[in-house]
Amino acid sequence: MQKASSLLNKYEEDFDNLSSINPGWSSDLRNKAMDTFREIGFPVRRKGNEKWKYTNARPIADVEYSSGKFEKMDSNDIKLIAPWHESWINLLFVNGHYQETFSGSLSTNIQISNMASNDLAENLTSNVGGIMDYSDDGFAALNTAFMSDGPIITVPEGENSGIVINLIFFNQGLSDTVNYPRVLITTGGNSIVSVIENYVGGSGDQTFTNSVSEIYVGEDATVNHYRLMNETDDTYDVGYGRVRIDTNGAFNSRSFFRGCGIGRYDLNVSIEGENASCDLQGLYFTNGAQHMDNFINIDHVRPNCQSNLFYKGILAGRSRAVFGGTVLVRKEAQKTNSVQSDKNLILSPHAEVDSKPALFIYADDVKCAHGATAGNIDADTVFYMRSRGIDLEAASRLIIYGFAGEIIDKVEIPELRSYLGESFLSSLPSHRFEF
Amino acid sequence: MADQKVISRQTGVEDTQYKWGFEFDIESDVAPKGLNEDIVRFISAKKKEPHWLLEWRLKAFEHWVKQGDDASPKWAKVKFENIDFQDIIYYAAPKSSDDAPKSLDEVDPEILEAFDKLGIPLHEQEKLSGVAIDAVLDSVSVATTYQDTLKEAGVIFCPISEAVQKYPDLVQKYLGSVVPYSDNFYATLNSAVFSDGSFCYVPPGVRCPIELMTYFRINEADSGQFERTLIIADEGSYVSYLEGCTAPMRKSHQLHAAVVELVALKDAEIKYSTLQNWYPGDKNGEGGVYNFVTKRGAARGENSKISWTQVETGSAITWKYPSVILQGDNSVGEFYSVALVNNYQQADTGTKMIHIGKNTKSTIIAKGISAGKAENTYRGQVSILANADNARNFTQCDSLLIGDECGAHTVPYIEVRNPTAKMGHEATTSKVNDDQLFYLQQRGIDLEEANYMIINGFCRGIFKELPFEFAMEASQLLRVSLEGAVG
Repeated sequence: MQKASSLLNKYEEDFDNLSSINPGWSSDLRNKAMDTFREIGFPVRRKGNEKWKYTNARPIADVEYSSGKFEKMDSNDIKLIAPWHESWINLLFVNGHYQETFSGSLSTNIQISNMASNDLAENLTSNVGGIMDYSDDGFAALNTAFMSDGPIITVPEGENSGIVINLIFFNQGLSDTVNYPRVLITTGGNSIVSVIENYVGGSGDQTFTNSVSEIYVGEDATVNHYRLMNETDDTYDVGYGRVRIDTNGAFNSRSFFRGCGIGRYDLNVSIEGENASCDLQGLYFTNGAQHMDNFINIDHVRPNCQSNLFYKGILAGRSRAVFGGTVLVRKEAQKTNSVQSDKNLILSPHAEVDSKPALFIYADDVKCAHGATAGNIDADTVFYMRSRGIDLEAASRLIIYGFAGEIIDKVEIPELRSYLGESFLSSLPSHRFEF
Repeated sequence: MADQKVISRQTGVEDTQYKWGFEFDIESDVAPKGLNEDIVRFISAKKKEPHWLLEWRLKAFEHWVKQGDDASPKWAKVKFENIDFQDIIYYAAPKSSDDAPKSLDEVDPEILEAFDKLGIPLHEQEKLSGVAIDAVLDSVSVATTYQDTLKEAGVIFCPISEAVQKYPDLVQKYLGSVVPYSDNFYATLNSAVFSDGSFCYVPPGVRCPIELMTYFRINEADSGQFERTLIIADEGSYVSYLEGCTAPMRKSHQLHAAVVELVALKDAEIKYSTLQNWYPGDKNGEGGVYNFVTKRGAARGENSKISWTQVETGSAITWKYPSVILQGDNSVGEFYSVALVNNYQQADTGTKMIHIGKNTKSTIIAKGISAGKAENTYRGQVSILANADNARNFTQCDSLLIGDECGAHTVPYIEVRNPTAKMGHEATTSKVNDDQLFYLQQRGIDLEEANYMIINGFCRGIFKELPFEFAMEASQLLRVSLEGAVG
């Protein structure tokens, strides 16, 4: 990592402004994070930088961004670009700032607070920054230094009404602005909650979204987490998910990527209780000059746990997709069962996929497997369809839909599934598998 | 390395140790410790090398000094103390090359004995299978057998130092053409100070009638071994080449930084097999060889094929990635590997398959076995470049863990830039199956033997890629290396 001191001035200016208006409870954390950011800067070093081996952070580091300001949006406009439903709790954040809860009721036991508030009880704020280790990561440090607004979702013990919380982070696309969405989800024992995080918006101007979500999965609790990235090609997005799972807990993640210039989702799941599980699945579709990097770590700390990592990608245009999956099985994590797979369908001769599914194993009584594939559809598959009277275009479309549908079908919220089916699949390119 | 050493190395000839006119005894067989420009010149002079080679060495040395210690690769999953490059002897010859034995009978009995210990009796091998052996002791080639048979076939197989004298055009044309001197930290070091190694040229249309073998041994204490092997298979030829390595037990670590370059032209095939059994260090991880090797083959011509088979049981640290650059259309690359680590050994090994030509194919089968407190990493890269239409790759990496204090890691890098490519990677990690162990024990086979049988079966697919006689030895090596790991 390397300091780009001349470019940090804007960040320093914004940091001073923020410090003067921001609530006291976070100032220690923010000051420390800013110190770290000043020290390590952005991860722009190319040589020997394994974490950023296939993604160059330089284009992001080279722009002077200033913090996004709140502007009121018509929530009807938002409904057009992000999934929402009346039965969900829908929260809107514009340029990183909370606007309103535009539908759904808060008459549940789930408590949602705003980080911007000055009078938060300590039990709400004590977990902020608890899992996100920013010590060697400039982007995470930056988000922590600038966090000022964002939901703190607290799910009480036994809450299992199946409520869906829909968080929409809308980026208005004002030139050279940066937003810092920050989410904290804490779940009590035996609870179930579903959370959708939407990163949407952008314009023809250069913007940057830098988000961090911290999720605590309590004992016997289940968190279903959905993450949609759908921004314009002029937006850079570096997001983090940090998850800690307690005994018997389950974390299910479905991540969908459709748009942004350079996108990176760094998801790190630490399985710290016995008999816990995580199931992380994702679908990325890249086109044009887009670049998407999924950087995923699963850390098996305790025995008898399961993890499944399954990502699929469709690449068109001159785009590039990066998959870095790492499963670490620590010495105590005996009887771990872990599967990891990354499958890529390349539609264009100019696209590139770089996949690095790694395993680090220190326990002997485990079953771990990983696989990766990249390339084209089998000619036989197309031939079979053609022989059934399906024309080439329809057959090709079916194959691509089927490839993507495998992940979309796993979405358990019906409204979201149909939204993804419509909006995601319709954006897939038309392609002809010719042999 | 301590800071002051860095400074001294970077000032080259002004190094305090060798400051005012380093007194070289050209007749001496061991160069003084340390590395500077004079040492490079000394090695070159000792080998009576032509000017171009000295120039090449000096360029490499200059590059190595310029890039500094920071350039040494840090990404491998191995831990070791920094190497003091001034504490190494860069040239150690057992005797003057004029006294080199003319036949196997004149070879130092210690070498023959070493071969016997390894399970590869030199005499027996010679009679049994007709393997031409080039034995390299420390830095100098001491014996090459079977010269007559090879001469008849037109195959050139000799120490590279001899090839530099006799076939300078061939050496100049191909040396550094696959692994340039600036390739990586250790290859650069090797380019500057390489002392000997094997050279092989198979002329067009010739199928080399016998297996070629080089046997390496580090003997001198504190010496490093920097051999350089260059094999060229001209159009339509075939050669099978084997290398074996051992080192005596020493308390200190010894550096082995070799470079192997293979060139396969149109329709040619090279099969390269390695039984690596450098001293792995003792039970507490003291001593052992640092095996930092750059091996790369260029499948340059159409329909050419390069196949690497390696059985890695030795070395305190193994850092090597035998690679194939698939340049020619329809060329084939293969990598078969068994890497076994026990006690405190560390291995970070794998391969690189770079698909450039159309219809290129590569297969990677890697088996890793970890026991004791050892760490074993498979690290492999498969790149399918934009022009490599219809490229195919299949990769399978399996790891076996014995005991709960070792580690087994798999780090594949897959880079695909062509939509017609088909690439698949599979990997599994598990321990020796309890049911299988139970079954064998129930049949009266003791635990250690049962484990050995299962592990041997696990590696069978790789052993069968080795030439017949060596498959047996590989299996023996496995047994020796596994001693004490189970039960």
